[in-house]
Amino acid sequence: MIKAIWNWIQRFSSPKYFYSMSAPLVTWFSIAALLTGLYGLYLGLFVAPTDYQQGESYRIIFIHVPAAWMSLFIYMVMAISSGIGIIWQIRLADMVAAASAPIGASFTFLALVTGALWGKPMWGAYWVWDARLTSELILLFLYFGYMALQSAIEDQRSADKASGLLAIVGVVNIPIIHYSVEWWNTLHQGATVAKFDKPSMHIDMLIPLLLMAVAFKLFYAAVVLVRTRNEALYRDRNRRWVRELIERL
Amino acid sequence: MSTEIMFEAQSLQCVRDDRLLFNDLSFAVAEAEVLQIEGPNGSGKTSLLRIICGLRQADAGQVLWHGESIASNREDYYANMVYIGHLPCIKGDLTVLENVRSLLDTRSLTLSNAEIEVALAKVGLATYDDVPGKALSSGQRRRILLAFIELSQAKMWILDEPLTALDVQGVALMESMILEHREAGGSVVFTTHHGMQLDCEMSSVRLGGKPGNQAAEE
Amino acid sequence: MLKAYYHLLLRDLRLALRNRHELANPLIFFVLVVTLFPLAVTPTPDALRAMAPGVIWVSALLAVLLSLDRLFKQDYDDGSLDQLMLSPNPLMILVLAKVSAHWLLTGLPLVIIAPLLGLFMSLPTEAVSVLIYSLLLGTPVLSLVGAIGVSLTVAVNRGGVLLSLIILPLYIPILIFGANAVDVASDGLPVTGQLLFLGAVLALALSLAPLATSVALRITAAR
Repeated sequence: MIKAIWNWIQRFSSPKYFYSMSAPLVTWFSIAALLTGLYGLYLGLFVAPTDYQQGESYRIIFIHVPAAWMSLFIYMVMAISSGIGIIWQIRLADMVAAASAPIGASFTFLALVTGALWGKPMWGAYWVWDARLTSELILLFLYFGYMALQSAIEDQRSADKASGLLAIVGVVNIPIIHYSVEWWNTLHQGATVAKFDKPSMHIDMLIPLLLMAVAFKLFYAAVVLVRTRNEALYRDRNRRWVRELIERL
Repeated sequence: MSTEIMFEAQSLQCVRDDRLLFNDLSFAVAEAEVLQIEGPNGSGKTSLLRIICGLRQADAGQVLWHGESIASNREDYYANMVYIGHLPCIKGDLTVLENVRSLLDTRSLTLSNAEIEVALAKVGLATYDDVPGKALSSGQRRRILLAFIELSQAKMWILDEPLTALDVQGVALMESMILEHREAGGSVVFTTHHGMQLDCEMSSVRLGGKPGNQAAEE
Repeated sequence: MLKAYYHLLLRDLRLALRNRHELANPLIFFVLVVTLFPLAVTPTPDALRAMAPGVIWVSALLAVLLSLDRLFKQDYDDGSLDQLMLSPNPLMILVLAKVSAHWLLTGLPLVIIAPLLGLFMSLPTEAVSVLIYSLLLGTPVLSLVGAIGVSLTVAVNRGGVLLSLIILPLYIPILIFGANAVDVASDGLPVTGQLLFLGAVLALALSLAPLATSVALRITAAR
C-alpha cells in the first residue's frame, strides 16, 4: 500500500511529468492573477474610502501588506519543499525551492521599498527602524544567504541539500528573530504608531487587501511554475525527455 | 572456507556533473574475498568507494550490510568497516602515537600503548611514537594509516589507492597485510593504479569510464 | 558514547594548545575592535557607556565568526572529517564535542576578558557582571549555530564572506538580547527576562543545532 503511494508520488513528481502537466496551469494562474489583481487595485485605489488620518497615502498598503505576507509565505514554501527534497529525495521539490528564492527575495524587496515610500509621509523619513521593516530587512538577508549558498556550491545536488537545510534553519529562526525585533522595537521606539493592525479595518479596505493577497499568491504560483519548468529543463538538459523535446522543435 | 556474503551493492548508479559514471552496478563481497575496483581515471572509483562507505548517496540502488541497508544498520556496519581515502587524516601537531589513538578513538577502540607500538613496529615506525606528524614524510604518514587499519578490528577494509606514496617495502607490507587479513576471514575492497601482486584469488569490478559526455537516462 | 565525546574534545583542545599563538588571535581581535570605537567616535565616559553594550557584543560576535573556520576546516582538509563520519558513534555527539572545544577555546576566553573591556568602556560594575552572564549564555549559541554554517560552507572555496552572510542574520536575536541586558543593567534595572531568553535560546540551540550540523556535514561529505 505504502509502496503504491510512493510509486505514485515518484511518478507525479518526475520533472518530465511535471513539465508536461504544468503548461496549461501557467496560463490559468496568470489570467486569474491578472483579473484578481486588476479588480483588487480598482477597489483599493478608487472605491476604498480615504483614511481619515493618513489621507490617500495609506493606499500603498494594498501592495505593501500583501508583498510582506508573500515574503514570509514563500520562505515557508521554500523550507517545506527543501525538507521534502532532503527527506524523500524528490528532485522536483528541490527545484521548487530553488525557483522560489528569487521570487521571495523580490517580494521582500518590494515590501521594503513600499514600506519606505509609505514611511516618508507617515514619519517624514524613508527609513525608520520600525519593527516590521527591520524584520523584512533581515528576511531579505536570509534570502540572500540562501541564494549565495545555492550558487557557491557547484554540485547541484549538494547545493540543493545545503541551501535547503539553511532554509529550514532559517524557518526555525524566523519566529525568534521576529519576536526579538518586535521586543527590541518596543524598547527603543515605544512611540511609533502601529500602522495597520487596528482590529477593525473598514470592510471596503479589507476586501481589496484580501483580493490583492490572492492575486499575489496566484502571481507567485504562475511565476514559480515557469521558473520550475525552466529549472527542470536546465537540470535535465542531458536526459532523454528534454532532448526529445528539443528535437521536436 | 565459508563464503558467507557480508556486503552487497545493488544496482548502484552514480551521476556526477551530468556524467553517468556507472549504472546498474551490482556486486557482492563475501568473507575472505578480495575485490579490486578497476577502471581508468575519472571512471568513478573514488565515488563508488565513497558510496559503499555511506559517505555519498547513490543516485539509485542501495548498499547492504548483512542483508540490511547501511543507512538503517549504520552502527554495526561502521564498527566492522574501515575506509582509507586519498587524504592522510594525520595531524601535524600530534605525535604518531596520538594520531593512531585519535583515529582509534573515532571507532571507540581503547588499546594499550604496547598494542599500538607492536602495530607501529610492524609498519616500520618502531621508534617514531613521539615524533610529531609534521616531521614525517608522506610515505610514513601512509604507514600510520596502515597501523590504524591493522588495529581497527574491522572485518571489511575499503582502501582507495592504498599504495600511494609507499616505497617498495611499503607496498610489500600492504600486500602481506591484505593476505593476512584474508587468511583471518576478512575482506578487502580496493582500487589501485600501482600493480599490486596478491598471491590469492581476487575478483574484480570494472568501471567503464568511456570518455565524453554520456547522458544520464531515466 | 560519552567516551567518544570526551576523547574528541580532548584531541581538539590538545591540538589547539600546541598552536598557542593562534589561540590568542580571536581574543586580540575582540579587544582591538572594541578599542577602535573610542578612537572613532568619542572617548567621553557617558558616550562610551551608552554604546558599550552594543560595541562589545558586536565585537564578540565578529570574533566568534572569524574563529568558526577552525571548527571543521582542518579536519575537512586532512580527511579526518570522513573518519568522524564513519564512526559507529552518533555524529551528533562528535559534533557536540567539537563545538564544546570551540567554545572553550574562543567563547570562554571572550567571557574572561570582557570585564577588562567593560572597564575600557566605562561600564558600571553591576553592568559588567551582567555582561559576563550574557556572554556566558550567548557565546555557546554563537558556536552552536555557527557550526551549522561552517559545515555547509567548509567545502566552498573562499567561503569566508559566504559564511558571514548566512550566519550573521541568525545571530541577531542573541545580539539584541545580549546587548540589551547589559544596557538595561547599566541603568540599574533587573535583567532576568533577557537572561532567561538567552538561556531558552541556548537550550533550543543545544538540542537542535548538533542535529542540523550533522545533517549538514553529511551533505558536505556527499560532494
